[in-house]
Amino acid sequence: MTIIAENPIKAVAAPSQVQQKVIASLNRRHRKENLFRRLGLTAVLISLGLVAVLFINIFSKGLPAFWQSAITLDIYFDPQIIKIPPMPQQRDDESDNDFRQRHIEWQTEIGFVNFNRLITDSLQKILPDANKHRRDLARVVTSGERFALRDMVVADPSIIGQTRTLHLLTDANIDVWLKGNIDRSLPDGQQQLSPKMREWVDKLSADGVIQNRFSLALFMNPDSRSSLASAGLAGAFMGSFYMMLVVILLAVPMGVAAAIYLEEFAPRNKITDLVEVNINNLAAVPSIVFGLLGASVLIGWFNLPMSAPIVGGLVLSLMTLPTVIIATRSTLKAIPPSIRQAALGLGASKMQAIFHHVLPLAIPGILTGAILGVAQALGETAPLLLIGMKSFVASIPASPFEQASALPVQIYLWQGNELRNFFEARTSAAIIVLLLMMISLNGLAIWLRKKYEKRW
Amino acid sequence: MKLNTFSSLLVAATVALTASATAQAQSRDTIQIAGSSTVLPFSSVVAEEFGNNFAQFRTPVVGSGGSSGGLRQFCQGVGANTIDVANSSRKIRPNEVEACKANGVKEIIEVKIGYDGIVFASRVDAAIFKLEPVHVFLAQAAQVPQNGKMVANPYSRWSQIDKALPDQEILLAIPGSNHGTREVYEEKVVVPGCETLAEVKALDKEASHKFCTAMRTDGRVVEIAGDYTETLARLQAQKDAIGVFGLSFYEANRDRIKVATVSGVEPNLDTIISGEYPVSRPLYIYVKGAHIGVIPGLQEYAQFHVSEGMSGFGSVLESAGLIPLADDERAAIIQNIRLKKSL
Repeated sequence: MTIIAENPIKAVAAPSQVQQKVIASLNRRHRKENLFRRLGLTAVLISLGLVAVLFINIFSKGLPAFWQSAITLDIYFDPQIIKIPPMPQQRDDESDNDFRQRHIEWQTEIGFVNFNRLITDSLQKILPDANKHRRDLARVVTSGERFALRDMVVADPSIIGQTRTLHLLTDANIDVWLKGNIDRSLPDGQQQLSPKMREWVDKLSADGVIQNRFSLALFMNPDSRSSLASAGLAGAFMGSFYMMLVVILLAVPMGVAAAIYLEEFAPRNKITDLVEVNINNLAAVPSIVFGLLGASVLIGWFNLPMSAPIVGGLVLSLMTLPTVIIATRSTLKAIPPSIRQAALGLGASKMQAIFHHVLPLAIPGILTGAILGVAQALGETAPLLLIGMKSFVASIPASPFEQASALPVQIYLWQGNELRNFFEARTSAAIIVLLLMMISLNGLAIWLRKKYEKRW
Repeated sequence: MKLNTFSSLLVAATVALTASATAQAQSRDTIQIAGSSTVLPFSSVVAEEFGNNFAQFRTPVVGSGGSSGGLRQFCQGVGANTIDVANSSRKIRPNEVEACKANGVKEIIEVKIGYDGIVFASRVDAAIFKLEPVHVFLAQAAQVPQNGKMVANPYSRWSQIDKALPDQEILLAIPGSNHGTREVYEEKVVVPGCETLAEVKALDKEASHKFCTAMRTDGRVVEIAGDYTETLARLQAQKDAIGVFGLSFYEANRDRIKVATVSGVEPNLDTIISGEYPVSRPLYIYVKGAHIGVIPGLQEYAQFHVSEGMSGFGSVLESAGLIPLADDERAAIIQNIRLKKSL
């Protein structure tokens, strides 16, 4: 009795060995949990911090490049300088081809006109000492703008003899100077602009003749190397657009069809197991391997053109295919078997059960998978380098068969441009454009999933 | 229902795409260029102006890949899926001409487009260098002669090579062997520098060339396979590094890098034209004769490239850093293109 009565009291006063063990282990486990929580939180904070650093770095560098120095000039389309025959009109007895030939000859004639003179004449009116510095004078406006003037004349020859107020892009080095991207205190020997030019530019900028304007050139022009200030993303954007079109037209239907067959129709045997293993392996193949394949098979054997979006699109389709197949299969797996059984029970054929009942329910999942696959393809660079898409292309492609660049490749190309002071910002601006496109594609995927998602 | 229209649309679009693919694959109307990254900026400017000036031709497409890479692509054969022009910062080698001929590329028109200087540059905040070719050799060699014997390169600082040089770690960033610039660097700087040494003069020709071009492998010499921006990035990361650049690249980045004199001469347009500055080389484009008349505008492009207005004195290419050809040289080259004179 006494022993029994004593024991519980002892236990309260001094815990038994077992209890001590439990308490110690509990403390240890709590310590471990706390440590793990803190480690996890640190990992999240570090990765968020790195993303923040990346974004701040890119945006602080890139955002200013969306605005660019432009000079406002009254351009007089001087008939003394623009001496051209009238624009040819198609005669009734003339074939389309002959007329086009004549039109090209007329355009070539316009090509001989010195449009730079229009710009320098207009500059002379606002710069009093211009005549003594003709070399500098010719470099105030970036050289590509003379083609803008030519295109205005080609579009509407009646402009000759009139004066128009235009905003023309200044030379890239003027933009660099005004934005402070080059150290202003450097001696003349290290500056890109001559002392006279710097004096002019500062004066024109103070007078408001040169202003920072939103750069349409960045979005409307293809890449340029002879007129760096007018280099834009339009060519690369269209190249990427065509490639994505090819991916959507090829990889998505093929991937979905393959997934439906494998998931719903294919018998389970060694061959389908092998196919499944291979698809999973394909998803892990480094993308550059697909580029090598494209270069040797598509260009080498099938004689497809080099640097063309069609080849890029085919290569990226191969790369996206496994992503689409895997995403579609897992969506189909997640549809409850009761849907199929109910349809079959009501007399639908297997085909009807799948296409009328299972597939519509799977569409949000399939779309999400497809969009993520396309977004991944949009940012892919390595395979494109091998099929000649890192070439310099100064025109906007009109079809997937014309030479083009792609957005990520354009970033790579601009990163390698010699005029670092100008293109560092331009490169970051291109990154921002690409990032925004990726984010909106991912956003679309999330929205579609949220909108059509069904829970069972 | 909705699904059906969607899928039939997809099928129609795919069929249309493949149909036009087979139609398009046969011909090409855009000039395709690849090769030297030194020539690329110049050729790109010409391509762009060409497209803008000739309404009847499309703008040529210019790729990179280094002189050797470009010439290898050039020599792959004749046909729409091979390039039309190879840019090169060195002369084509005899074995490359043979490889070309073996693959059916029989007409190779060599067009010299101008000259370019190669400069040694360091960061603006680094010390000033007055280099001699022999300094560069001693800095990059695997073995150097000492007291009549060849020993493993002992130098780790420039001041150990010559008291007049700055007391700075030796770190050289030179172009990789895929670049034509590398060959010129060896031919015009390393080998001449090496051959001034008495011990090397005693060797026979083959042995001396092998000895002179052997490079140390302890990490003090870095080969850059990419373009000059990569070399510049190397300089920005390591203050002591000295990089090898083209003159035009230096001109565009004068606020970041400064050049070293070689044999006491500062590299610029005048000293390179006069030949005072020793490290300059001609730049070439190689045009595939068999493609003239097949690819529209190819001959015109080559002529436009060397025309006075494009690459003469006061031209766009000159302001981009190309050193123009002499007048009689230019006339002869234009004549070559007209006659399609092959190598």
